[in-house]
Amino acid sequence: MADIYLDNNATTQCDPKVVEAMLPFFLEQFGNPSSIHSFGAGVGRALGKARKQIQALLGAAHDSEIILTSCGTESDNTAILSALKCFPNRKEIITTTVEHPAVLALCTQLEKEGYTIHRLGVDSKGRLDLEEYKRLLTPNVAIVSVMWANNETGTLFPVEEMAEMAHAVGVQFHTDAVQAVGKVPINLKNTKIDMLSVSGHKLHAPKGIGVLYLKRGARFRPLFRGGHQERGRRAGTENAASVVGLGKACELALEHIEFENTQVKVLRDRLEQGILAQVPNCFVTGDPDNRLPNTANIAFEYIEGEGILMLLNKEGIAASSGSACTSGSLEPSHVMRAMDIPYTAAHGTIRFSLSRYNTQLEIDRVIAAVPPIVAELRRLSPYWGDNGPVTEPEKAFAPVYA
Amino acid sequence: MWDYSDKVKEHFFQPRNVGALPGANGIGDVGSISCGDALRLSIIVNEDTDVIEDAKFQTFGCGSAIASSSALTEIIKGMKVEEALKVTNDDIAEFLDGLPPEKMHCSVMGREALQAAIANFKGEEWADDHEEGALVCKCFAVDEKLIEGLVRNHNLRTVQEVTNYTKAGGGCCACHEGIEEILMRVMEERGEIFNADSVPEIVEPEPLPLAAKGGMTTVQRIRRIEAVIESIRPNLRMDGGDAELVEVDGNTIYIKMTGACSSCGMASMTIGGIQQRLMEELGEFIKVVPAEKLAQPPRKVAHG
Repeated sequence: MADIYLDNNATTQCDPKVVEAMLPFFLEQFGNPSSIHSFGAGVGRALGKARKQIQALLGAAHDSEIILTSCGTESDNTAILSALKCFPNRKEIITTTVEHPAVLALCTQLEKEGYTIHRLGVDSKGRLDLEEYKRLLTPNVAIVSVMWANNETGTLFPVEEMAEMAHAVGVQFHTDAVQAVGKVPINLKNTKIDMLSVSGHKLHAPKGIGVLYLKRGARFRPLFRGGHQERGRRAGTENAASVVGLGKACELALEHIEFENTQVKVLRDRLEQGILAQVPNCFVTGDPDNRLPNTANIAFEYIEGEGILMLLNKEGIAASSGSACTSGSLEPSHVMRAMDIPYTAAHGTIRFSLSRYNTQLEIDRVIAAVPPIVAELRRLSPYWGDNGPVTEPEKAFAPVYA
Repeated sequence: MWDYSDKVKEHFFQPRNVGALPGANGIGDVGSISCGDALRLSIIVNEDTDVIEDAKFQTFGCGSAIASSSALTEIIKGMKVEEALKVTNDDIAEFLDGLPPEKMHCSVMGREALQAAIANFKGEEWADDHEEGALVCKCFAVDEKLIEGLVRNHNLRTVQEVTNYTKAGGGCCACHEGIEEILMRVMEERGEIFNADSVPEIVEPEPLPLAAKGGMTTVQRIRRIEAVIESIRPNLRMDGGDAELVEVDGNTIYIKMTGACSSCGMASMTIGGIQQRLMEELGEFIKVVPAEKLAQPPRKVAHG
């Protein structure tokens, strides 16, 4: 039996049509798009077409609003650092506690360099408090950076509304939308979002290609300076084959966006309900009523995620975990901690993220595989008795340096 | 995913001695729920012979925590208590054919559970001296707390000094920013300002001329290996140890760890660090193996 891939928020398989579109740009059409000769001209035209395809998926008003980058992280860093250069007298940034490290680690560094970082907290379902946001929005803020969808729980943030609020006080608004693009309908021309990050490999394009959407009229300073590529806003020879691949992937994503929100969602719900019905002491994290259609994040209490992943992997099932051990850090996922999920559950969170390639047969295999794996690890757990958690688990087992 | 040895996987997939142990006369609960690793070790000691007749574990933790717990029970069963007290975390790691540096703390937890269980058997209070911080240097498995303590107690001021004391930062150098941040913080506490410019130049060993395309000659290669060991030697000597090149067989390099290094708890880490440096300097994949293995028949499974 073929292995089952349920880790699509980490990365996705390239669509075969994407690969097919890319192939001519390695051997035949290898020219530099900036060149005058025929080797370059065809590539230049192909990039133009890809830009239109990306524009269509994002609902951008102009294709010149699409800046090609190397990845989502580059787009995030470019956006935030640009705002700091454009508004040198503004020393504050608003973000959230649950952002991707591409934003959080940069903000932590900027904090050391003297900026004030406001990190909006979330409630137990991962939701923001917009009143707190409103209080912090002042002309001292250089930029707001808030993700569209959370990579771990899939929880959606009201970024369109938050962008309106920022615009009203003259503050730039950036959103890391790497998980949302292709799964949530997006129409940027009707929003006040100034900048938006896209990562190709999250939507069946290859790794190593990203986009920074930059609304016409928004002030901007480039991160890379050099040649005239991307109108001087991101110097460096274009990753032509990958750009073409991303264009094709965007076209396919637009075609499948309804499918993602119907068929994929049905499979996700089937998986989630199947597991919850069979496994005691587990629960869904994040906001089940307002999240990506492909993501299910389930916390299995009293066991640790890496063990679950290793046993799933043995069954040919790929997923990911918010436990400390899977990353080699000393704390479980910052997203789980921000939602105040207890340690005994946070370490046992498993994220299943689906794609349009998953089948019902696969989902049913996973539903059958999970309960015995959880039971086996609970058999080893000091918190688990013969038929359930031991009475008063935190008292019954209280290790010395807990 | 981690690069676990087959032995770790085996003990994770088929853990030995699982569960509560009725009639246990020694129980040790250690670990940290915030870090996600905690272990209960239960032992039955024969009060006449002092022999550990049975041992079982219950673990909340990752694959290597479960494997380390399983290994621990296998190691100590049948041992006398005094003998068991000498089991180190490296014995556990070695039993499992090694653990990734980020996972060495799992073997430390095993040793602590054993000490706690024996203390419980003897009716003593077990005081844990455990203090674990975030891993800063991955080459030599040095954590933040250790570096912070040394910077404080020895008034260290530069990354080079930290490397001399702890080896941290002596390998791939990726943690130098992290070490500088610790220096900044601790020096500020004592009213000093960290000066990045005062960092002494790292003395690079004289670069050896590369042979024409196609790589080095055997003699050039061996000379370069020796030069790398020479550059690491001051750090080893700082800890009262040394290393000596014994044999080069294809891409396997046999090094004899001597003095304090031969028995040092960090020997496997040190070898990992030397291997990293050698790979960088030689620009090829090599494996550093302790010279003791030279006499033994080759293992079926290779691992870092």
